[in-house]
This record gives sequence, C-alpha cells and structure tokens, in this order.
Amino acid sequence: MAGIAAGGGRRSRLAPWLLVAPGILWLLAFYFIPTLPWYDGYARTFTDYHEHLARSFGYALTATIAAIVLGYPLAYVMAFRAGKLKNLLLGLVILPFFTTFLVRTFAWKTILNDGGPVVHLLGWLHLLPPAGRILNTVVAVIGGITYNFLPFMILPIYVSLEKIDRRLTEAAQDLYCNPRQAFLKVVLPLSLPGVLAGSLLTFIPASGDFLNAELLGSPNQKMLGSVIQGQFLTVRDYPLAAALSFVLMTIIMILVISYTRVLGTEDLA
Amino acid sequence: MSGERTGAVGARWTGRVLDLWAGLVLLYLFLPIFVIIAYSFNKPEGRFNFVWKAFSLDAWRDPFLFPALVDAMKLSLQVAAVSTTVATLFGALIALALCRYTWKGSGTIGLLLVLPLTTPEVVLGSSLLSLFLSANYATGFSTIVIAHIMFSVSYVALTVKARIKGFDWTLEEAAMDLYATPWRVVTKVTLPLIAPGIAAAAMLSFALSLDDFVITLFNAGSRVTYPLYVYGARRAAFPPQINVLATAILAGSLVLLGLTVLWQNRTLKQAGD
Repeated sequence: MAGIAAGGGRRSRLAPWLLVAPGILWLLAFYFIPTLPWYDGYARTFTDYHEHLARSFGYALTATIAAIVLGYPLAYVMAFRAGKLKNLLLGLVILPFFTTFLVRTFAWKTILNDGGPVVHLLGWLHLLPPAGRILNTVVAVIGGITYNFLPFMILPIYVSLEKIDRRLTEAAQDLYCNPRQAFLKVVLPLSLPGVLAGSLLTFIPASGDFLNAELLGSPNQKMLGSVIQGQFLTVRDYPLAAALSFVLMTIIMILVISYTRVLGTEDLA
Repeated sequence: MSGERTGAVGARWTGRVLDLWAGLVLLYLFLPIFVIIAYSFNKPEGRFNFVWKAFSLDAWRDPFLFPALVDAMKLSLQVAAVSTTVATLFGALIALALCRYTWKGSGTIGLLLVLPLTTPEVVLGSSLLSLFLSANYATGFSTIVIAHIMFSVSYVALTVKARIKGFDWTLEEAAMDLYATPWRVVTKVTLPLIAPGIAAAAMLSFALSLDDFVITLFNAGSRVTYPLYVYGARRAAFPPQINVLATAILAGSLVLLGLTVLWQNRTLKQAGD
C-alpha cells in the first residue's frame, strides 16, 4: 500500500525515505549513537547508587499516582462538565508552562519556605508540628515533580475522555446503570489508554528529574539524575556517569516497549 | 422512587465535589505563576528575591539592568530561532511522509520518533555530551543548537502529524487533474493545508528550546542561556529582573498563542467555504 502515490513506481517508493532521511539521520547521529553502551562498569550503579536509583523510581511512581489523583477529575470536568468553558480550561492548563520551568521551581521555593504561607497554614491547622518544615523534605520534592509533569497527565486523559461517544453513557443509564456504575463500567475503561499514556509521559521524565530534588530537597532526597549530572559535570567520571544513565534508560526503555507492545504508539502522540 | 432521588442528589453532590476539585487543581497549577508575577514587583532586601519586602516598579523600569542576564536572554532567543527553523523543517517532512505513505519502515520510524520523548533529559544531555567529548568537539553555541534540534524534531513531527492526519489528499490529485504543475500543487494546495499545523509545531519547538535547562546544562560549554543564568543565580544573586523577563515571556507567548488561534480559525473557515 503506497497510499495515493501507488501509480508513481520507483520514485514514489523512494519518496518517504527521502522525506524522513534528514530528520532520522540527525536522530541517529545525535541520539542513538551517543546513548549506546560503551562501558562495562554497570555493577556500581546497583552497589553504590542503589538508594538513588530506588528514590528516583519511588518518587517518580508517587508523583505519577499523585498526578492521576489530581489530574483525572480535572480532565473529567473539562471533557464532560465544562461546556463552553472547555477550551478556556484547556488553555489554562497549558498556560503556566509558558513560563520558564526553573523560575517556576524557584517560585515553589518561595511558597514552601519555612516562614512562608503554606507552612503557616499547615501549622495553624495543626497538620505540621511547630518548627516543622516542608522545604527540604520528600513532600516538597514529590510535590514539585508532580507539578512539573501534571499537564502531561491531564492532556492525554482529556483526549481519551473527549473521544468517548456520549451515547454510550446514556445507553448504560438506559440499561439501569446508576451514574457510578456508568462511570466505572463505561467511562473509566475507555479512558484507560489516556491514563496509561499520561502515566508514561509523567513517570519517565520524573524518574530522570533532578532539579526538584536539588532545589526543593536536601541531600537526603538526591535522585539518580543528580548523581549522573554530578559525575558528568563536576567529578568528570564519564564512564561511570554514562553507565548510570544507560541503566536508567534501559529500565525505562523496557517499560516503554512493553507499553507500546500492548497499546501501540498512537496514544503517546 | 426515593432511591432514585437520593441517586440524583448524590450525583449532583459528586458533580460539585468534582468541580471544586478541578478548581483546586487549577489553583495549584497557577500558584507559582502568581508568585512569579507578584515577585517581579518586589523590592527585595539583599540580592535574593525570595522573600516579600515591599511593592516596587524598579525591576520593570529597568528590566535590562544586568548585562549578563540580557546576554543570556539573547543567546536563548538565537538558539531557539535557529533550532526551531531546522527542527520544523525536519519534523514536518517526517510527518508528511508518515501521513502520506504507509511503507515497511513507517512503524519503525513512528517508534524512533517516540523514543527521544520517552528518554529522561538527563540521559539525553549526558549521552550527547559524551559524543562531543569522544569526538573532541568543543561545546558551545553549535552543540546547544544540535541538542535542541535533536529533542525538537520528534515533537514537531508528532504535532504536525496529529494536525494533518485527517486531511483530504485527493485535493492534490484534483489540482494535478486541473493541469497544476507539481510546484504549484505544493505551494497552492499542500502548504496552505499543512501550514497551521506547522506553525503550531514551530511555536512548541520555540517554547521548548527557550525553556530547556537539563540538556543545555550538559552541552553549553561556557555559554549561558536564560535558564542556565537562572540556575546560576541561586548562588550569586536572584534579582527581580528574572521574574520580569519570565512574566514577559508568558505575556509574549499568550499574544502569539492568541494570534495563532485566530489565524487557524480563519484558515479553517476558508477551507470550509
């Protein structure tokens, strides 16, 4: 099947290759070749840095779950309850991300600071012990990570909810489903591809993130990304740093490939 | 009967709770933005603009007070301009190929495009730096641009692809039947059809480039982009001018976004006529 160019013969068979060539060659040269494994010291990742590795995936998982809990209801409201406000809400979800990511993270530092409003509020509600703090704790780091990747969760869920044929929920209710059952048996299963795509788009960058841990956490929250960055730019142990990042990527790649095997790549885009 | 009524009341309450929850999440998304804008009007005590002191317009009156910050912003804009141009060209060609043809390699190409999006930035940045190191290639402006094109190509290709997936390509055949030369088909039919998608992708690519920190940190050499300046500022001095520029970027993107939406609506309307 060569699409509409079926009659074009040899030239049309070459055409797609010629069109993708510049971009794909670029990716080969600057993405695939540099990420190949050239070194044998992978064992140290699991002996010296297993804590960082565990933290990276633990924080990423927690942030992903938090993003589903925060994002799913918002996506649902956008898709089913917003009416004419739908596009406005969509714009509002994306808007914060037009300011520089680093400046936003610094703003969180101001908000969560020891003398700041959040600490005061939680202290007043007795949710935080006197002299308790949020900045430089796990809560701040995971909160920051969740914040950074929340739109990547909301948008795919919204897209999959938006695609659902409204008549299906009506049919479910005609067949004596109450709203809760209609949601659980119709809407939720149909939106799962969006949830899964959003989870990948959140979990993967989150597991490699190090800025939130560095700016909002203490050294006790250092993630594998910090170690990679430090080994590369400060210690300059390149082989070790390359091994660390290769391990991180291999684990993620296994997750991605199993995902695309099950669900295809369509929902990721 | 009464069960049905409690069901309806329950559903109404669930709806209200959902709306409230959505509102709170939006507030969470906007909290730092409010802080960024508010603190651009702060007159901080000392060099760090992290604690509220007093309202002042000083930073807005003198946004270009710090030459290093201005240079960083200029470099960021240059990098974004060059990388957006190249990445948009590469990405749009890939998207065109994927939408117009189905061939043996197209599945693989689709997967290759998704891979860079699903690789953590720290891995992308560090592996690219090892490539430059082993090739003895000095990092600087060119390596920043190479890196930015690399991570933008996939975003552009996927955005353009999503926008042009449903188009009616028989229009091209119709033009050819009406004796249009291939060049005229491209300029009069194909390009106008795909232009809004390409514009959206270019904007995305520009925004990504302007905002990128991690990959740039690895490949910038001694050059300092705007995000790198902000990162360094946490140690030396964090003036309110950083917030002024961040607010300006936000306002600029808002205007651009509005214009693009207007233009796309017009194009769609024309296509509909």
